[in-house]
Amino acid sequence: MALDTQKNVYTILFAAGMVLVVGSMLAFVSSALKPTIKENERFEKQQNILYAMGVNQNSDEGSVSFIPTSEVEQTFFQHIKKQLVVEGDQVTESPEAYLIDMKKEIAASKKGLAPKLPVFIGEKDGKAYYILPMYGKGLWDAIWGYIALDEQLTVQGVYFDHKGETPGLGANIKARYFMDDFSGESILAGNRLAGIQVAKGNNDPLNRDKEDNQVDALAGATITGNGITAMIAETMYLYRDYLQTIRAK
Amino acid sequence: MGLLNKKDSKLVLDPLADNNPITIQVLGICSALAITAELRPSVVMAISVMFVLGIGNVVISLLRNIIPSKIRIIVQLIVVAALVIIVDQVLKAFAYELSKTLSVFVGLIITNCIIMGRFEAFALGNSPWRSFLDGIGNALGYGIILIIVGFFRELLGSGTLLGFPVLGDPIAKTGLYATGYENNGFMIIPPAALIVVGIIIWVQRSRNPALIEEN
Repeated sequence: MALDTQKNVYTILFAAGMVLVVGSMLAFVSSALKPTIKENERFEKQQNILYAMGVNQNSDEGSVSFIPTSEVEQTFFQHIKKQLVVEGDQVTESPEAYLIDMKKEIAASKKGLAPKLPVFIGEKDGKAYYILPMYGKGLWDAIWGYIALDEQLTVQGVYFDHKGETPGLGANIKARYFMDDFSGESILAGNRLAGIQVAKGNNDPLNRDKEDNQVDALAGATITGNGITAMIAETMYLYRDYLQTIRAK
Repeated sequence: MGLLNKKDSKLVLDPLADNNPITIQVLGICSALAITAELRPSVVMAISVMFVLGIGNVVISLLRNIIPSKIRIIVQLIVVAALVIIVDQVLKAFAYELSKTLSVFVGLIITNCIIMGRFEAFALGNSPWRSFLDGIGNALGYGIILIIVGFFRELLGSGTLLGFPVLGDPIAKTGLYATGYENNGFMIIPPAALIVVGIIIWVQRSRNPALIEEN
C-alpha cells in the first residue's frame, strides 16, 4: 500500500477524520431517536404516577406491572383529575406539572429559591389520592419515586426507582415486597410529619405494625435504605405547608 | 458445522472452553463480578457484549490497514464507545423497559477488557469474516461463564431464577425453606462471584491438565 500510516500528518488527519465521522454519526443517531426517547420517558412518568396510586396491572405474582404504554396516556388523564404546582403560598393548576424535573426543583430549594412542586390529585373509585414526587440519592446514584397519600396522610402506595443501585441488593427498592410494605403506613407520628423510616431490625419483617412509621429494611442495602428514609423526609419537608392544607380539609 | 470450515469453527468454539476469555485468559473479570448477582442482567450483558464485540471486530478489521499504529488504542476505544452509545440509544428508543434493567451495564461494556483485547489481538490482523467469528466466539465464551455464575449466585443467594422463586418462599417458610434452609447472603456480594469463577477454573483445569501452566 502506498499509504504511509507512520507519518505524523497522516495520524493527525486520521484522528480528525474519525472524530468528524463518529461525532456526526452519534449526533445523527441521537437527534433521530430523541423524540421517541422523550416520549418513552413521558409514558414512564405517567406509568409511575399511576402505579403509586394503585392503577396498575399487578397480579399476585409479586412482580410490578404497569398500565401498558399504549393506554397509559388516556388512563393518566382519566385518573389524574388535577395537577397542581405549589410555589411558596401559591397553588396553580398546570396540565404539564408531571413534566417538572424534581432534581432541578430540589437543587433550587437548597439554594434558597422557591421550588415549583408538583402535586397530582388522582381519583379512583371515588377516593382522592394526593401523589407527590420524590427525589434523593442512594448508594451509587440517584433514586426517585412517587408517594400516594389519602386525606388522613396514610400512604396508599409508593413507587421507587433508581439509576444504578446494586442488583440483588439496593436495586430491590423497586421490588413489590419492599414497595408494598409502605401501603397503610401513616407519615404522621402524633401531629408531626415524621415520614417513614426504612429500619433495620425493627422485629417486624411482615410489617404488621402500621403505626410505627417504619418498614423493614432490605438486607445488604443499608445506604440505599437510608437514602429512601432521607428522600421521604425531604419530601415531607418540602411539602409540609401543602400537606397541612390536605389535613385541614 | 456445514456453514463454517474447520478453521473457522475453531474460532467460535475455542473460546467456549479451552481458550475461554474469563477462565483462561482472565479478561472481563470486572463485569463478571459486578453484574452476576442475578441471572437476568447476566444474560442481557452477554447479548450486548456479543453485539458490540461482533460488530466492533468487523469495523476494526475493515480499518486495520489504515489505522495509524500510534493511535490504534484510541481508535479502538472510540469504536467501542460509539457502538455502545448507539446500542444504548437504540435500546432507550425501542426497548425502554430493557434499557432500564440494564442501566449502567451498557456503559460498562466500554471498559470490558475482552473487547479491547480482541480488537488488539485479533481484529487488527485478520479478515472481517474471521474477526466477526472470533468476536461472536469470545462473546459466547464470556456469556456462558456469566450465565453459569449468575445462575448459582441468584439460586443460592436469593432462591430465585430470573426473578421467579424456585425454592419456595423464605418469609412464609415454604418449599425448601420449610426444612430450615436459608439463603446465603454471601452469594449476593461480589466476592462470591470470584469464588464461583475460581471453582469453574478449578473444574476446567482438572478435567484438562493441558491448561495448567508449568512454572
